[in-house]
Amino acid sequence: MNLKVSSSPHIRAFGTTGRVMLNVIAALIPALGVSTYFFGLRVLVVVSVTIASCVIFEYISRKIMKRDNTITDLSAVVTGLLLAFTLSPATPLWICVLGAFVAIVVAKQMFGGIGNNFVNPAILARIVLAVSFPVQIGSWKIASAPGAALSNFADSVSGADLISSATPLGMLASGSTELPTYLELFLGNRAGSLGEVSVIALLLGGIYLIARGLIKIWIPISFCIGTVIIVLLSGGDPMYHLISGGLILGAFFMATDYVTSPLTNPGKIIFGLGCGLITGLIRIYGNLPEGVAFSILIMNIVTPHIDKLTIPVPFGGGKKHAKQKA
Amino acid sequence: MIHNLIMRRGVHPDASKNTSELPTIRLESFAKVQIPMSMHIGAPCAPCASVGDQVSVGQKIGDSPAFMSAPIHASISGKVTAVKKVVSSSGSSVEVVEIESDGLNTIHDSVKPPVIESRADFIKAIRESGLVGLGGASFPTHVKMSPPPGKEPDILVINAAECEPFITADYRHILEHADEIIEGIISTMNWLGIPKTVIGIEDNKKDAAGLLRFQIGKSGASDSIRVKLLKTIYPQGAEKPLIFNTTGRKVPTGGLPHDVHVMVLNVATVRYVARYLKTGMPLVRKHLTIDGSAVARPCNVTAPIGSFIMDIVDQIGGVKQSPAKVIMGGPMMGVAMDRDNVGILKANNAILLFDANDAAIPEESPCIRCSKCIDVCPMNLMPTGIDAAARAKDLEDLVRFNTMDCIECGCCSYICPAKRYLVQGIRMGKQLLRDSEAKKKAAVKGEQ
Repeated sequence: MNLKVSSSPHIRAFGTTGRVMLNVIAALIPALGVSTYFFGLRVLVVVSVTIASCVIFEYISRKIMKRDNTITDLSAVVTGLLLAFTLSPATPLWICVLGAFVAIVVAKQMFGGIGNNFVNPAILARIVLAVSFPVQIGSWKIASAPGAALSNFADSVSGADLISSATPLGMLASGSTELPTYLELFLGNRAGSLGEVSVIALLLGGIYLIARGLIKIWIPISFCIGTVIIVLLSGGDPMYHLISGGLILGAFFMATDYVTSPLTNPGKIIFGLGCGLITGLIRIYGNLPEGVAFSILIMNIVTPHIDKLTIPVPFGGGKKHAKQKA
Repeated sequence: MIHNLIMRRGVHPDASKNTSELPTIRLESFAKVQIPMSMHIGAPCAPCASVGDQVSVGQKIGDSPAFMSAPIHASISGKVTAVKKVVSSSGSSVEVVEIESDGLNTIHDSVKPPVIESRADFIKAIRESGLVGLGGASFPTHVKMSPPPGKEPDILVINAAECEPFITADYRHILEHADEIIEGIISTMNWLGIPKTVIGIEDNKKDAAGLLRFQIGKSGASDSIRVKLLKTIYPQGAEKPLIFNTTGRKVPTGGLPHDVHVMVLNVATVRYVARYLKTGMPLVRKHLTIDGSAVARPCNVTAPIGSFIMDIVDQIGGVKQSPAKVIMGGPMMGVAMDRDNVGILKANNAILLFDANDAAIPEESPCIRCSKCIDVCPMNLMPTGIDAAARAKDLEDLVRFNTMDCIECGCCSYICPAKRYLVQGIRMGKQLLRDSEAKKKAAVKGEQ
């Protein structure tokens, strides 16, 4: 007789970490598709390089640190995909590999791997690259004509057919009058990071994650509200700010990263508001046109404190209301 | 309503109520039973039968002078073959009385309906019946019926939620004995002076609820007894959420139902009250569900307390394959046993035998802070925080996260995508807090 003894419960739900990650990847596919349509096959090259290098760095670092292999939980794939989403399609590939190194080795594995990193790996990598290589990272491109990028295979893969253009927020900062229309911003026919351009595709993925109960609406909603508050106070156009730049990508996919955002719903609202307010402040009053990445990084660092401040009151009142024993 | 906010918290495991349509099978003939002297919360009983004694059904074989205890009776007739200490599955030492059947099931002379003329008589009779909370907690019923002054209940809540997967013993109880359940409720209300009763039952058992309503109408108690349908969600039958969902009252942290003037009894418990008042036969048999992937023919049985798990299973068609896990109770809160040759207890409502596949223990991975455990916690706690604090042995954080409020329902571990053993961690945390409390007390004593 050899019976297994374990602590209850003796049944478990179906979900796993890997399945959660798979769903996040699925939610990012529409945005990837639209991006490929506008920017060409170069998008897929950049994405493949970041994903492959993230997975390889994860594998190697776990090996060196003599820890269990974790590439099957797919979190490295999600990081690679999100990192690529923050880069221009014209980014040199060696910079993509460097970004993957910062994300996986520096931000994630050096702090103990999945669940233990305190900043979002993709966000940190994006910031390190932007600060280290402002010229290469800031070379924004736009398709010569919508869909045209797919017509010539060689040019499409190398991205040679893309033409330089300022991002919508860049234009706003420089006082340009030739701003893209709301429709162009919604669909994604504009210069910018390859994954941030199509608001409609990102919203589709975000709604999917919310519908599946994988993320909650609190962070995205409060993120948007925070930004709108600052824009309104400064007399700007809130709609333009919501649908340009990386706000939707950041609010739905980066700020909602489980590991680096607060646990409780009130905590999530504080976190999202903080992200939105800082983004607005940087965009309107800062030296940079965009502030989504910095705002998330700052709020990541504050997360443990938000968690401590938002411990829920238990059913029954908790120890403060506990019956005093004589 | 805030009401609804709490009701939504919990999980929806596969109900697996495979046995709900099967009438209860009465099992009579067992060669041997092993009856533990501690089947309740409180002081263990001292055996009052010795090796070689001839005992008969209903004869008292164990009792304790302590208030917080419940006597124990022979469940079959025959000869006492052993009175010994054994190590229980939980690792503690417990005294057992073994009886070898004479095959006659003779009923003891002491078994006759009790004469009750006062509230005190009633509570004394309940004590003599050996009744404990049959929902699983095994709290001595007569203790529950004697609240401290000023805490008298003004409402009786009957727990018929039966929210654990697999278990249908209470459901069958209602279908087969609804009349006695209502009788038991009325007697309890009359003798204890409780004006109102609400029966809480999940809305997946509408037929049982209908039957209860019919019996209430028949007994003319429609004004004082009410059936309330509750949302089907685990753990709807957990005491504190149940009280809230049936009466709107919140039991304070560290408190008991009588702190909000509520008494909660399981539906099977009140039925045994009625049985005992009519027949005087103490609690010697138990209704339970036998199920799980290793059982050939899952069903509901009633069997003598102390009959061995495998003897019961053998009598209903045996196993499909050798079980890899034996659980006393439901899959969410039941206890995994380290052996299958143990006797069933008073408060057992299910025995589950899992095959190797169902018994597989998932591999734990790091917490990804998805907050699902927080979303499902019926007590509104932060399971992942408690678990981390327990593993780090951080007493300050254990207090901060309200560790002692946990009811160990298992929702957090169930839902966790990282398959963390959250309940196990929380139990560890509770033990750390208890140990430190005991140490503090000892230190204070030492100073005096």
